[in-house]
Amino acid sequence: MSLHTDYSGPYAQAQSGPQVVPPSPRGSRNDSPSAVRRFLSWLDLKASPYLLVSPYFLLFAVFGLFPLAFTLYYSLFDYELTGEQEWVGLGNYTELLADDQFWKVVVNTLAMFVIATVPQLLLALMLANALNKRFRGQLFVRMGVLLPLVTSVVAVSVVFTQLYGRDWGMVNWILSWFGVDPIDWKAERIPSWLAISTMVDWRWTGYNAIIFLAGMQTIPRDLYEAAEIDGASKRRQFWQITIPMLRPTIIFVVLNSTIGGLTLFAEPVMFYGGRIQGGSDNQFQTVAMFIVEKGFNNFEYGYASAAAWLLFLMILVGSAINFMLIRRIGGHK
Amino acid sequence: MKHTWRRGRFLAVAAVTTAALALSAACGSGDSGSGDTASGESAEKVTITVQTFGGGKNFGYDEAIAKWNRENPNIQIKHVNLTDQFEQVYWPQMIQWLQAGNGAGDVVGIDEGGMGLAKAHPEWWVDLGEYGLDSRKSDYAEWKWQNGIDSSGKLFALGTDVGGMSICYRRDLFEKAGLPTDREEVSKLWPTWDDFLEVGKKFKEKVKDAAFVDGTNTIYNVVLVQEAAKNGNVTYFDTNNNLIVDKNPAVKTAFDYAVKLSQEGLTAKLRNFSEEWNTGFKKSQFATLGCPSWMLGVVSGNAGDELKGKWDVAAVPGGGGNWGGSWLAVPKQTKHPKEAAMVANYLTGKEAQVSVFNYAGNMPSNTQAQQDPAVQGAKDEYFNDAPKGEIFAKSAAELQPVFLGVKHTQVKNAVEQVISAVDDGSVPADQAWQKLVDDATKAAG
Repeated sequence: MSLHTDYSGPYAQAQSGPQVVPPSPRGSRNDSPSAVRRFLSWLDLKASPYLLVSPYFLLFAVFGLFPLAFTLYYSLFDYELTGEQEWVGLGNYTELLADDQFWKVVVNTLAMFVIATVPQLLLALMLANALNKRFRGQLFVRMGVLLPLVTSVVAVSVVFTQLYGRDWGMVNWILSWFGVDPIDWKAERIPSWLAISTMVDWRWTGYNAIIFLAGMQTIPRDLYEAAEIDGASKRRQFWQITIPMLRPTIIFVVLNSTIGGLTLFAEPVMFYGGRIQGGSDNQFQTVAMFIVEKGFNNFEYGYASAAAWLLFLMILVGSAINFMLIRRIGGHK
Repeated sequence: MKHTWRRGRFLAVAAVTTAALALSAACGSGDSGSGDTASGESAEKVTITVQTFGGGKNFGYDEAIAKWNRENPNIQIKHVNLTDQFEQVYWPQMIQWLQAGNGAGDVVGIDEGGMGLAKAHPEWWVDLGEYGLDSRKSDYAEWKWQNGIDSSGKLFALGTDVGGMSICYRRDLFEKAGLPTDREEVSKLWPTWDDFLEVGKKFKEKVKDAAFVDGTNTIYNVVLVQEAAKNGNVTYFDTNNNLIVDKNPAVKTAFDYAVKLSQEGLTAKLRNFSEEWNTGFKKSQFATLGCPSWMLGVVSGNAGDELKGKWDVAAVPGGGGNWGGSWLAVPKQTKHPKEAAMVANYLTGKEAQVSVFNYAGNMPSNTQAQQDPAVQGAKDEYFNDAPKGEIFAKSAAELQPVFLGVKHTQVKNAVEQVISAVDDGSVPADQAWQKLVDDATKAAG
């Protein structure tokens, strides 16, 4: 209902003059079709808004809500491809919480999320600030930062995997100038996180920078002019005008990155040549990969469903924490 | 929002991969024009998709399929080699397709490791007996034939190749190490695996820029099947499908040997069927690897023409053994079961199998092909004219089948993960065995 009233307000205002309803032949005013027409226009008013928004909700129900519920249902079963289903209640969950591998992949995921996201967003913010200034070829450069995003993730991973090769990789070669021994990027846990994080950052920094930039351009210029007159330095303007005014954008970007980072999948899979295990000892397996491994390599559907629900909760908690942290930015008005 | 973005990227990966596969398949088979349709009777032109796995030349069908496509304009074979990784990529994907009833090819390759599960699901497969292929029984050794019979007693798969066993080695690197290069003499260097280790140590003293073996996995698998033959022909599961990883001495012996190789520093620390492993061939990072007959095609395919003649084939320490070997089956979801059965029949038949052996080296399991003079007398140009027919055909008839359980691929995967982890140093050797047993138990569910 509220949808309807919200909608009719500005609409009615805009159309204040002539009537919108198509003029009907005067003679037919007393005919019965007018009742039908009245019913139709009533229907149009009441039902069509719902009809117009329904495709999204229908699709969401089919591809979002149904799988969610279905996963929850099967997470309560011991359900294997080759065997029967057996009700186990919360058995899958308790087993998961005692599974070393699960905790290992949770740590991997969180660590890669932090290593990738924090520098990424800071870099994006600086990049956006730089792009917000006037300079030659503005459009060209602004489009340029989006280029990594339109590159196929497979291509990105192939190149980065080569760069981080143990025996023939360029990164190890450069490190060797400084006397660093070759690093086995796929066998050592922290180096593998770093390698994957650079892949993620290469791809997503520009994307976030553009969103920040869009946010920055909505900040009224007179705020800066007033600050200028008051003698505030550029740095001070950035921290006390740009950042607080950008808060809604930052919240959006941080939540996006949280969801994306916690469901990280393609890069680490490609980094291990398409294998789902993420290293010989799961050094860089993420929770999303764990779910796929259990579900589609070992065909323990119930177990994988339970892990998927724990990931869902993890994302909810992570998003909530980040939301509360970010909301404090320049909290005073 | 971004959630869907990421998922979109995964779909993009899938799309790109599929496109690439389709492209390579299109290049692989000589497409004949649609004008051919008229020449056949009223028969419609049918395309039979054959899906396989494996590195290098994989199933070795390129020449045999090209010949079929020339001769059968109305039944064109489209060969798609999906990946080089059976356990980790091909089989999980195939199981999903089979279960979903959509996506699998008309003829699909199955490695020995997947046969236990495949047999347990008769509903996935077309009964090849319906198309008269029961008559092929006389072509096979008893065990190879029996393994193609599913749990409901119908014929669902025909054997392609068998393992056989050898060691592939680099002549030039052996020369550099002051070791003999002639294959007879090299074979005499290592009657036992302990001798093999000693040769490795000598090699390591002289050659600094290449390792003796590729990694832990190929040799592990060779030792495992040899030891399995001494322990009732079972590896991870007994014939009742009980997990016996911790009880079967074959597993422990093979594991210990692999760890020893790694700790002596004889491995290049490369995991088989990885990008780095493929590069390792080209960059001459190692001098030997365990070579079942089908591995010859992998080696020549990966190492490329530059190293032609530098590879050779010697006898394996500790006698023969059977690692690998595959079957072709026709999924029930195919729209052309009759034509698919014909193609499966052709590809496992004598003529195609001889072609495969000459092209890639995969030892035919078809006994008629084994006895063919073209196989018996075959030499491999790539491997310095090694008499591969003599090396593999002799032992092929006597190969012992190894029983593999329903969940063999999952357990094999878990075990090889640990053995690789010992090699790359991420799991300490003294904790590795316990981890291996634990992970195998978990994988067996």
